[in-house]
Amino acid sequence: MDTRDIPYNNQTINDESVISLENIAQGYGDKRVLADISYNFQKNKITAILGKSGSGKTTLLQTINGMVKPKSGIVKLFGQPIRYESIHATRLKIGYVVQNIGLFPHLTIQKNMSVLAHIAKAETKSIVARINYLMDLVQLPSTYLMKYPHQLSGGEQQRVGLCRAMFLNPPVLLMDEPFASLDDETKGSIFQDMLKSQKNEPRTVVLITHNKQEALTLADYFVWLREGKIVRQGDKEQLKQLLSENIDL
Amino acid sequence: MRLIFLLCCMLTFRVSLGQQTIRVGAKHFNEGYILSEMISQILEAGGYTVDRKFNLGGTMVSFEALRTGAIDVYPEYTGTIAAEILKSERSAPWEVLSAQLLNKFQLEISPPYGFNNTYALVMSAELSERLNVENISDLKNHPGLKIGVSYEFLERNDGWKNLAVAYGLPQQAIGLEHGLAYQAIIENKINITDAYATDGEINHYKLVLLKDDKEFFSAYQAVSFYSAKLPDRAKKLLNSLSSKITEAEMQQLNAKALFEKKSHSEIARSFLILKGILNQDSKSQSRDSALILKKTGEHITLTLIALLASISVAVPLGILLYRFPRLSKVALYFAGILQTIPSIALLALMIPLVGIGKLPAVIALFFYSLLPILRNTVVGLHTVDPVLKNVASGIGLNAWQKLWLVEIPLSKPMILTGIRTAAVINVGTATLAAFIGAGGLGEFIVTGLALNNMNMILTGAIPSAILAIITELVFEFIEWVAVPRHLQRRTL
Repeated sequence: MDTRDIPYNNQTINDESVISLENIAQGYGDKRVLADISYNFQKNKITAILGKSGSGKTTLLQTINGMVKPKSGIVKLFGQPIRYESIHATRLKIGYVVQNIGLFPHLTIQKNMSVLAHIAKAETKSIVARINYLMDLVQLPSTYLMKYPHQLSGGEQQRVGLCRAMFLNPPVLLMDEPFASLDDETKGSIFQDMLKSQKNEPRTVVLITHNKQEALTLADYFVWLREGKIVRQGDKEQLKQLLSENIDL
Repeated sequence: MRLIFLLCCMLTFRVSLGQQTIRVGAKHFNEGYILSEMISQILEAGGYTVDRKFNLGGTMVSFEALRTGAIDVYPEYTGTIAAEILKSERSAPWEVLSAQLLNKFQLEISPPYGFNNTYALVMSAELSERLNVENISDLKNHPGLKIGVSYEFLERNDGWKNLAVAYGLPQQAIGLEHGLAYQAIIENKINITDAYATDGEINHYKLVLLKDDKEFFSAYQAVSFYSAKLPDRAKKLLNSLSSKITEAEMQQLNAKALFEKKSHSEIARSFLILKGILNQDSKSQSRDSALILKKTGEHITLTLIALLASISVAVPLGILLYRFPRLSKVALYFAGILQTIPSIALLALMIPLVGIGKLPAVIALFFYSLLPILRNTVVGLHTVDPVLKNVASGIGLNAWQKLWLVEIPLSKPMILTGIRTAAVINVGTATLAAFIGAGGLGEFIVTGLALNNMNMILTGAIPSAILAIITELVFEFIEWVAVPRHLQRRTL
């Protein structure tokens, strides 16, 4: 599979700290959402952000891709502080998947997947190759390419959402509870696709979830948020330990 | 804006195109229509293409249209020309009027058609014979005759009072509503009333005109009133009506329109053939079906040009307002105000600005279509699923890419609905454009209303209703083609 023409190849990013947060605070009016968050996401690893709803997970994710500007603190992407004025170009290097998928209902599956490639002005040949590769990865038949999103099941739609996020082979992938609405069987199969993709094309993944088992299956590292603060963090082993103690944070 | 300018240019171009087209105007009553039809048919038989711009209303609108070149010819009366156009006290002889018009306005008149449509006194033919009254001066000998005249005639300078003095008449006239006067004569409530000399009722009710033997009334000789710039051959054709129509004949022609509900073109054509001005086999240009087709074409053109102009302004403006929401309230408010101006008023407002004809109508229709399209564009963009807007930004589309790839396509059904509403409103409003000489199906309706002719009203109303339905269907089809099935509006 030749991805030379897909612009954002992982190998071009040398800096070890792909995403780093320094003293991030965020709030709306009097309400504090994030307080003094500092964290360095490990390159090419999956980091799960755990926590109950309202603990600030989504805000943290949207702070990373600049959709939310922090009240104080610095977000560094690829070693540089975020430049909000040119954020759209930066976002092409950051895949984004959300729980309600957000496929564009007026576009076919093929167009949904490749919408960013047209913006990044990739060549048709490389677009076709990339579509075939991703459809293969998520095990969807090519007959789906001409369908519209509403003709697919929820699980199939989320697979397409994943493909759209990975289309430009971005070094970073942000995932906001992408599997929350799927049944267990579908989940299990998508997890396999995720891990396979991570092996082929390793990238720095930030995965929001409230499901501890999901975090345990997919993540290499974890951050546990409560009321906008990091209350625990560590690697897979530490997460396993934490869960076996059955502590509810 | 550029598109509108272009369309306006095209429109003006079309109007001024070619020397072979002569635009004939008509004043707003039966006799005006019949005479204009005669002029039109004579010109057509002479090889000219005639653009009938009937429904010009009264003297000032018709004269203004002729003076400014919006029309080339219309029938007028010498008395009216003297009093209202040249503002002189008494009717001058034809030669004097003719010279003054040419000198002052570059306009000419043909020699009179023959009849004099002046004020006159009428009485029943039977009574006239029995009392041997033929002239107004004969009334002196019959002081017992009851005279009832219209209130206007009672008061006018050239009305009853001075008439009675000039002829030394002993009778006292009473005032009554003109519409009731003929009935009053038949029922013998009155014996004599005032009339126009060529009224269709005169013959119908078996009345006679009393001869104005002291020439008290000004002459209202009918003439062709035309631009000096017309080609000589056309002028010669226009003169062919001279001395061809008597008062009695004009009365009969008016009666045919009034009581037999014959169409003006039919009345004109049979008279011209009778007089040998037109050949029996000359083709009738204004067969009803062809005319309806032509007017429908005009109607569609008006509507379509206005709609296209409106789309090309309102959709981009709506997008701009969506991007700059602070302006959107002001703009929608302003467009809303435009919408509340009654159509007739808006059309009337256009006359001093751009004159009469198609251009002001297109501009007025353009303003009318703005609001529905603008509002639906803004609302459509605002109501796109916020999740999709959020995702679009999140995956890296900038504001314009988001607009182009996501927001506009998803608003398309809503925008199309706005355009559809505007189109249907336009088809309806365009019927009113006939009031300012823009043509279209409204011409039948306006004429029918003026003449109280239900057939003619329906001739315009039915095709425009059909046109509105077709418009709906066309947009149904456009939506079917342009919008993916699952995103189509559920039709209520």
